[in-house]
Amino acid sequence: MSALQPHLPALQVIVPMLTAPLVALLRERQFSWLVTTAASLCAFAVAIALTMVVLEQGTISYEMGSWPPPFGIALSIDAVSALLLLVVTGASSLALIAGATSLQAQCESDRQPLFYAAWLLALAGLCGILVTADAFNIFVFMEISSLASYVLVAGGPDRRALPAVFKYLVMGTIGATFYLIGVGVIYLMTGTLNLADMEVRIQQVGEFQPFLIAAAFITVGMALKAAIFPLHVWLPNAYTFAPHVVTVFFAACATKVSLYVLLRLDFVVFQQNVGGHDVQFAYFMLPLSVLAILIASAVAIFEANLKRLFAWSSVAQIGYITLGASLISQAGLTASLLHMFNHALAKGALFLALACLAMSVAKLRVDEIGGIARRMPWTMAAFVVGGLSLIGVPGTAGFISKWYLIQAAFGAGSVGIALIIIILISSLMAVVYIWRVVETAYFGEAANDEAREAPLAILVPTWIAVALNIFFGLHPNLPVELSSRAAAVLLGTGP
Amino acid sequence: MTVVFSMFLLTLLLITAIAVVHAGNLFVAVMLSGIFSLLLALNFFLLDAADVALTEAAVGAGISTVLFLGALSLTTDREKSPSPHRLLSLAIVAVTTLAVIMGTLDKPSFGDPEAPVQVHVAPWYLETTREAIQIPNVVTAVLSSFRGYDTLGEVFVVFTAGIGVLFLIGRHSGTKPQDIGPPHGEPSGLRHYLIPRLIGRMLVPFIMLFGLYVQFHGEYGPGGGFQAGAIIAASIILYALLEGEKRALQVLPRSVLVGMISGGALLYSAVGVAGMLMGGNFLDYSVLLDDPVKGQQIGIILIEAGVGITVTGVLLSIFHAFAARGRF
Repeated sequence: MSALQPHLPALQVIVPMLTAPLVALLRERQFSWLVTTAASLCAFAVAIALTMVVLEQGTISYEMGSWPPPFGIALSIDAVSALLLLVVTGASSLALIAGATSLQAQCESDRQPLFYAAWLLALAGLCGILVTADAFNIFVFMEISSLASYVLVAGGPDRRALPAVFKYLVMGTIGATFYLIGVGVIYLMTGTLNLADMEVRIQQVGEFQPFLIAAAFITVGMALKAAIFPLHVWLPNAYTFAPHVVTVFFAACATKVSLYVLLRLDFVVFQQNVGGHDVQFAYFMLPLSVLAILIASAVAIFEANLKRLFAWSSVAQIGYITLGASLISQAGLTASLLHMFNHALAKGALFLALACLAMSVAKLRVDEIGGIARRMPWTMAAFVVGGLSLIGVPGTAGFISKWYLIQAAFGAGSVGIALIIIILISSLMAVVYIWRVVETAYFGEAANDEAREAPLAILVPTWIAVALNIFFGLHPNLPVELSSRAAAVLLGTGP
Repeated sequence: MTVVFSMFLLTLLLITAIAVVHAGNLFVAVMLSGIFSLLLALNFFLLDAADVALTEAAVGAGISTVLFLGALSLTTDREKSPSPHRLLSLAIVAVTTLAVIMGTLDKPSFGDPEAPVQVHVAPWYLETTREAIQIPNVVTAVLSSFRGYDTLGEVFVVFTAGIGVLFLIGRHSGTKPQDIGPPHGEPSGLRHYLIPRLIGRMLVPFIMLFGLYVQFHGEYGPGGGFQAGAIIAASIILYALLEGEKRALQVLPRSVLVGMISGGALLYSAVGVAGMLMGGNFLDYSVLLDDPVKGQQIGIILIEAGVGITVTGVLLSIFHAFAARGRF
């Protein structure tokens, strides 16, 4: 362990990445699943180890190829990265464990090794973005994760996934290109790609306009990839038609990694150096967040397709995350980062429950699941707890982040009061769309007599996610501690 | 003089770009985008970026044109009726363009020796390459050693693309390799066109030789694994076009290609891990041999080989995946 410890930042990326070509060479379905899950669990273990080191010692760095930054590429892991690494690797591992049964029904056996290779690449790409301290390196790993996610979304039996993925591909590519234009402009003006070095050298340049343009490109590009309203149009269909476990993985973490890039560049590189940029960021983000929360929740209420319903709910939840960030305060950012963690738990549990449902129900629509709770009690119980967490009922993880968000809004003066009202209204809207499903499933007329409880192999990971929702609802110390440190890092007030 | 010539080429580039957007026939658009890439390559060459120029020429003008044509042969070469939001798209593109222009207004002037990109990291690269790596091509040193982690990432981007194409259209068509290609009796490829076939066959070995030269000369002149992989793949694709896809698959069967896709990426990674096992950081080549300079050089040669193998494998797999479904 001690020999490995200095290499942990590199291992976080290279364990899943280097396993991918090996898995691609395998022929056997079950073996490739096993290797993939093992690699994902290893990455999760590395993330936990890194988090422990970060909590103890603060930021960790690693020099790739032993070349010092800004000349070589450095990795750097602080509380922000650690928080999201836990989410990404954890979500991937749980989804993969559930995937053993769920995917078997959705993807032909001989294609599965390639599917798992793409999964590992997506995981490695997301981890790579989170650990690096280099703006161009973020782009490289963004390409890996995006390409791999297009493959994963298109991996299911539903041919409607293909047009959805094409839209996702076009919009994702525009997003990544905008990011690259932004980074290019910064490089032109500062001659560096290292984020920390950028921060220093932007101060020395003293002209704001090119950096404002760069900030605009990076913000719009990452908003596209993070599905920030109104650039979310690719998300509902991509989530709906993807294989179920892929939806679990992506709903829990894919958009959050783009949000991470947005927050990291905007707060650390731009806001601290380009005068007045924090106000611009707030004016830009706040109204969009409010619109996202209200409109997407309203759409979710009237949606009959269960996966699309929760995809819309994700658009609304991304609104909460950007809302917290747009308050530009320690409390607001803490709430925002905390919600990334807790929303991943709640949505992960919900989509896992939907994957359980899909084992017996061919069409995941509200009108197809009447009375299903009598036949699948464990699945629906998991769904209910996940739903409570999404609404933000005390005792669940979702409550903690809503509570912090409301506290942060209190600190924001008169606008804050309006925001609190909006948060409460939207929570009620969440009650409506969750209740509609629960009511049909528990009290509706039986629509499906063939349904049987989902196999244990998929129920167990679902209930692990449910248990985590309750655990972090009762003992929120770890995510709260990480989030508040992360907020301090982003605001430049902490280590 | 360079400026005048650059201006001329950039104007042509603009005209070609507009023509690509305007072309209603997709076949025409593909041909024009090939020309676009060639013009771009010339521009890069004028700016002394020979490595980038070579890549753009090989990949942009060569391989992607072939792949586009493959996609067209599976679908159609007519554009769907234009979308009703054309004006809105135009407005968005115009605003974006204005933003890019505004962002570059304050940029240092062309060729300014005091520009930030010239004075910050560049001197260190020039210095360290001479001392620690001792190869003439600094670009290769930056790509494969100083920023070797980015290049590893790019190899994995190519790898992901290959996996993606194989996953989506490669395997599940249900046809076995021997069923692929035109029905019995019908000559495939350009076999009944004598002159292109004869000339083409004469070219194949020379293209391949040039590819190998680019691969192994990357430390001394422009070139490296990406360009070499594209050129070698191009020579085999040319062979497939002349002699039919089946003969090309006899030379390099699918299983070998899949092995190449993974093998190249693994070779690159293995060099990185070896650095880690021998006491350095990941991708530290200095520790590979007793003499750190020799270690750097052997590391660069090995990882460039990995790049070349993966790029060749992926490009050929993508080509065959398209070819198996339609007819070139």
